[in-house]
Amino acid sequence: MTTIVIRGARQMGGETADIVVVDGLISGEGQSTVTADRVIDASGLIALPGLVDLHTHLREPGGESSETVLTGSRAAAAGGYTAVHAMANTNPVADNAAVVERVLDLGVAAGYVTVRPVGAVTQNLDGLQLADIGAMAASRARVSVFSDDGRCVADALLMRRALEYVSTFGGVVAQHAQDPSLTVGSQMNEGVVSTELGLAGWPAVAEEAIIARDVLLAEAVGARLHVCHVSTAGAVDVLRWAKRRGITVTAEATPHHLLLTEDLARGYSPLFKVNPPLRTAEDVEAVRLGLADGTIDIVATDHAPHSVDAKEGTWADAAFGMVGLESALVVMTKALVETGLMNWQDIARVASTTPAQIGGVPGYDKPLAVGSVANITLFDPTPSTPWTADRLAGRSVNSPFQNLTLPGRVISTIFHGKETVRDGLVVAAEELMR
Amino acid sequence: MKHFISTRELDKAEAISLLDATHDMAVARATKESSKTGLQGMTIANVFFEDSTRTRLSFEVAARALGADVITFTSAGSSVSKGESLKDTLKTLEAMGADAIVLRHAQSGSAETVVRSGWVGSHIVNAGDGTHEHPTQALLDAYTVRCRLLGSTSQGRDLTGVSVVIAGDVLHSRVARSNLWLLSTLGATVSVAAPISLQPRGLAGMGVQTFSTLDDALDSDPQVVMTLRVQRERMSSGFFPNESEYSRFWGMTAPRLAKLGDHAIVMHPGPMNRGLEISSSVADSARSTVTEQVTNGVAARMAVLQRIMGGNR
Ligand SMILES: [Zn+2]
Repeated sequence: MTTIVIRGARQMGGETADIVVVDGLISGEGQSTVTADRVIDASGLIALPGLVDLHTHLREPGGESSETVLTGSRAAAAGGYTAVHAMANTNPVADNAAVVERVLDLGVAAGYVTVRPVGAVTQNLDGLQLADIGAMAASRARVSVFSDDGRCVADALLMRRALEYVSTFGGVVAQHAQDPSLTVGSQMNEGVVSTELGLAGWPAVAEEAIIARDVLLAEAVGARLHVCHVSTAGAVDVLRWAKRRGITVTAEATPHHLLLTEDLARGYSPLFKVNPPLRTAEDVEAVRLGLADGTIDIVATDHAPHSVDAKEGTWADAAFGMVGLESALVVMTKALVETGLMNWQDIARVASTTPAQIGGVPGYDKPLAVGSVANITLFDPTPSTPWTADRLAGRSVNSPFQNLTLPGRVISTIFHGKETVRDGLVVAAEELMR
Repeated sequence: MKHFISTRELDKAEAISLLDATHDMAVARATKESSKTGLQGMTIANVFFEDSTRTRLSFEVAARALGADVITFTSAGSSVSKGESLKDTLKTLEAMGADAIVLRHAQSGSAETVVRSGWVGSHIVNAGDGTHEHPTQALLDAYTVRCRLLGSTSQGRDLTGVSVVIAGDVLHSRVARSNLWLLSTLGATVSVAAPISLQPRGLAGMGVQTFSTLDDALDSDPQVVMTLRVQRERMSSGFFPNESEYSRFWGMTAPRLAKLGDHAIVMHPGPMNRGLEISSSVADSARSTVTEQVTNGVAARMAVLQRIMGGNR
């Protein structure tokens, strides 16, 4: 029996109270009645429920040079996460029970966070034939989120079938909304900057048209739909319309689309190359407002590690994607809290409670409540410091936030009652094994 | 100036100074006066990841005219393609003694990426990067315009009051971008005539007037019409339907030439698709500057190489 006492944290940014963790659960006992194995002085810190990421690329199997389940789990813990959803675009693709069970087991073995495998919608992400959706749902991994992320399920009929078939097993399709024919060779947001740089434009309509089609398909067949990484003002408008109409759609925004703009492509640094691309300041504002008014439900990182080689050459040769687990909460603080758009309860909702609900992760429905599983993040919102690579804890360093001054720091992460981050540092794997 | 990457970053004084230097080189070549002293003992590597015989030859002639040695690397058409790392190729050529690297690459931003990365210490000249810039082409074009329109009094002068129409596939054209910036910096007014499918987004925001058809643009009475080469594959990708429709609305034909003022000129960066973007009668007319552009290209490239490699004048 391990007992942790957390002293003086502001619960969800509100009242100051102590939290007592006994044997992995948040206990109702007063701290005077227990013998603490560990006391955390959390005065001035904000206690949040452990964060849940619905969109993480852990790269294993097949991409171990950029990330593994273990290293990605450490990055997640460093960012205050206690659960992540591992995207299916691995090699081999997670389109069958064997791969998702392997990823599940690697997550358990790593021990830093709950790793929830996402299953592919189509075999090998080819967009032609459905993957083993039922087998993955019935596997030990209990897959409930299905996505071809990295690719769009572009064919309308196949998308319709996918929505129907996935709902048979109570799951949800998470769509990477990108019309492939409108984005052949596309490199960055289409607009003045793409014209100036001579990079092939990626029009907003390529995202918006798929979302519009998919919400109507979801309505027609009565299925749930989740929209990945919403990046344009038009997409927010389409989603707002769909929700008003009563369509069961949820949507996510990434931290980078909440803060960064297309202008960063000037200079051709591939650190800023991402799919969907960074958009305009007006889009960033619309995505923020969409999140604040509930049109967008959650923040998801789209943590996409890449090796230095993959991010070193010319813009067109470089890989799409940026790491984001470690920086997500500080970026949310900057883009949402400091702007007055959200309070800490809202952050807990969009970064923990709701993503857990969409992903079907148990134990997150009553954040910080007595009796709940002790998944807790302690965050110091005050220090405003340049974001540097030494804050990264995964295998890759392709963070677009480097040298930006960002507020706050994750001080402590507690996963199922165990500290995975202590005093701002990820604890050693050997310690977690004990 | 250590590198020559972009016309966008040139200020007006630098641009005029480069035009003047181009003039000096052109005079020296025309009079067969030897200029083989500038870069004696230096080595210039022509690194062409994308085929362009004309540009490569022009740089070669320019380098040799200045007394430099030339080594050439071409990968287009060979089995070397994506696997051939830009970084490794440049490091290899520098190790062989290249003082300057003239880089042609199919990807936008490649020259800027090389400079930023610090992979090599050599001077870098952008000989065309994707659909971004082709700055020496713009320099030779601006020089050609200044020569033709201002004649013998052109030294030291800018292009204030000159109006230029760039006609054709501006969306995919590095020549158009480099010209747009350089000509604007020099005080010229630049407009664009192209089907809207071949006009990049945001031109208006860059202060460029746009016309849907060439006839509309010619009504503005430009002194210069710069036609762009159109790639035939743009038809299969749906930018326009067929050749006859293209030449009907955007081709520089004899009747359109007749609408121009007496001293107006027609330019083309070559190679031309005769009968498509420019008719033979226009291309071979006295108003055409096509062969002058080729001649001036050597002088402009000499001026650039001398400027970046020859120390401060
Ligand atoms: Zn995606």
